[in-house]
Amino acid sequence: MDDLRKRAKELLETSAVKVVIGYEQGTANKTRALFVEKAEDADCLIFDSRCVQNLATYVTKREVKDKGKMAITATLPVMRSIIQLASEFQVNDNNLLVLGITPESKLVEFKNLSEVETFVHQYQIEIDAKNKEMLDKIAKMTQAERWKFWIDELSPCFKCYACRAACPMCYCHRCTVDFNQPQWIPVPSHELGNLEWHIMRAIHLTGRCIDCDACYNACPLAIPINLLTKRMLEDVKINFGSYQPSIKADHLMSTYKPDDKENFIQ
Amino acid sequence: MNIDKRLVRKDSLEKLFDILKQNSKTIYAPFSKNSKVSFREADSFSGITTDYIQTTQSSKEVAFPRNEKILNYSKDKEGMKVKGIDLNDIPEVVLWGVRPCDTMGIGELSAIFNWDYKDEIYNNRLSRVTVFGFSCSKSDDYCFCTSVGGNPGNTQGSDILFTQLGENGDYLAEILTDKGSSIVSISSALFEKTENIEKEKFLAEVPARFEREEIRGKLEKFFDSQLWVEQSLKCIGCGACAYVCPTCACFDIQDEAHGKSGSRVRCWDSCGFSTFTLHTSGHNPREVQSQRWRQRIMHKFLIMPDRLSVYGCTGCGRCSRACPVDMNILEHLISIQEVSL
Ligand code: SF4
Ligand code: SF4
Ligand code: SF4
Ligand code: SF4
Repeated sequence: MDDLRKRAKELLETSAVKVVIGYEQGTANKTRALFVEKAEDADCLIFDSRCVQNLATYVTKREVKDKGKMAITATLPVMRSIIQLASEFQVNDNNLLVLGITPESKLVEFKNLSEVETFVHQYQIEIDAKNKEMLDKIAKMTQAERWKFWIDELSPCFKCYACRAACPMCYCHRCTVDFNQPQWIPVPSHELGNLEWHIMRAIHLTGRCIDCDACYNACPLAIPINLLTKRMLEDVKINFGSYQPSIKADHLMSTYKPDDKENFIQ
Repeated sequence: MNIDKRLVRKDSLEKLFDILKQNSKTIYAPFSKNSKVSFREADSFSGITTDYIQTTQSSKEVAFPRNEKILNYSKDKEGMKVKGIDLNDIPEVVLWGVRPCDTMGIGELSAIFNWDYKDEIYNNRLSRVTVFGFSCSKSDDYCFCTSVGGNPGNTQGSDILFTQLGENGDYLAEILTDKGSSIVSISSALFEKTENIEKEKFLAEVPARFEREEIRGKLEKFFDSQLWVEQSLKCIGCGACAYVCPTCACFDIQDEAHGKSGSRVRCWDSCGFSTFTLHTSGHNPREVQSQRWRQRIMHKFLIMPDRLSVYGCTGCGRCSRACPVDMNILEHLISIQEVSL
């Protein structure tokens, strides 16, 4: 990925961007996010198949965003997230430059988000075979079996909200679970509290989730919560045709007005 | 003091398990689910896993459950009635398969729950727990017990510490407390008298990586350091590190109402969350993640030793393993030590 390093260096040297978000070598065999602000640090950037964390979650993080214009190393799922975020007015051409990495691991730089959108639309979101099989298995269960399956899977959840924090689309300053007047979702991580939290999460992501699996990868307990969002994605496809994030599209499950008088909407 | 050392045959562990059951003990042991190992109540010996460096979650739940009713209430014409929870309902527990970095954590957690107010529920739960520590023969890149006063064969916090004498070998059992002795007395045939066995050569080697006193000294002058901003830039502010940690004790109090009655519940909370210190006024003294990350490190390496005379980290490495963005606490501590003031 010499060309990525080179381009990052140029962008920082010419002050075209203030920070390049990419990956570096992490602990053991992991990789992790790196925020390059000085050209000389660009040499630490790496890219390989281990780089699966969805970096788009950082473009709405205040401390990162406040640095000024960002460039982001973006695989296909990251690009999809960015388009969804653009449609929700969270990023735009003035604050974000996309250094795309194609499924063939080639670097492509996009002039603007609309070019990113065109690129992204060449690919359909496809649920992989293993997860599809699991979805089918769950669909064929009786109601009672399915209930038991989800109670078993969701009861260990201790509500650390790593799944929420890792998801680029979960950027609300105050999540529904954090409200206490009124309190929508029980705070304790007991059976009901967990069920309501996960149903709420899946519903809020329907028509927005781009199936990157960041939520599942973040879960310290490896709870397969991505099966819920995958199910919703399938339902969206069945009921509304194929699903692609689009900068100008209407939103499926929500209406969104930048001039809404409620201040909890960013 | 001379420690009472016994030999427990590998095959005797299952018999020991059955005897504990016959004596109405509730046993918590490590089980694997979705390839993650956590403690849960064990109905039978089979299925308990021994193949783990460290469990994903600590064993603190046995004394500090993630949700715990602390009182019940009901309202009627005469007013409000409040009823505390019945401490007699707390079971006698054997905690099986705990690593030394967790057994040591029990002392640190207890220091918090007995700082000024003596937490009755916590103390009652803990008084009914017998801890079977299991020494470590393996370690990984995340372990650093030897930098924070522990070691892979540390007896601190265990009632009995088992050390396996080689792969598939028998166990050395060190009987450390009265609770430990009372287990031996109900299963004495399984605890054979033995000549002096040295456990050291069977323990994992964990090199010391930093001096915690030095870190404590640095932290005193570090409050406004830019380092917190740099270290925490990738932190996404979840609760994973606190929830898996054996010594993190923060909780939130919630009322769960069902019509005219309900209960008050104590639930785990984490200083990593943005709402953790949010005031009713809207003001938040820890507005950004760097302040929250600073709190995590300061609490464990400066505030706890200052106020409670114990550190708040046992080097188990769990927070680093569980962190979704690879915030590695060991690395961050080393870089704090390396900063020249
Ligand atoms: S819900 Fe999960 S899979 Fe969907 S966008 Fe968020 S992190 Fe990705
Ligand atoms: S990351 Fe896992 S344990 Fe944490 S809230 Fe999400 S599902 Fe629950
Ligand atoms: S801070 Fe991390 S390494 Fe230290 S005791 Fe807690 S989980 Fe273990
Ligand atoms: S350090 Fe990791 S586990 Fe802890 S709050 Fe930050 S992202 Fe979550």
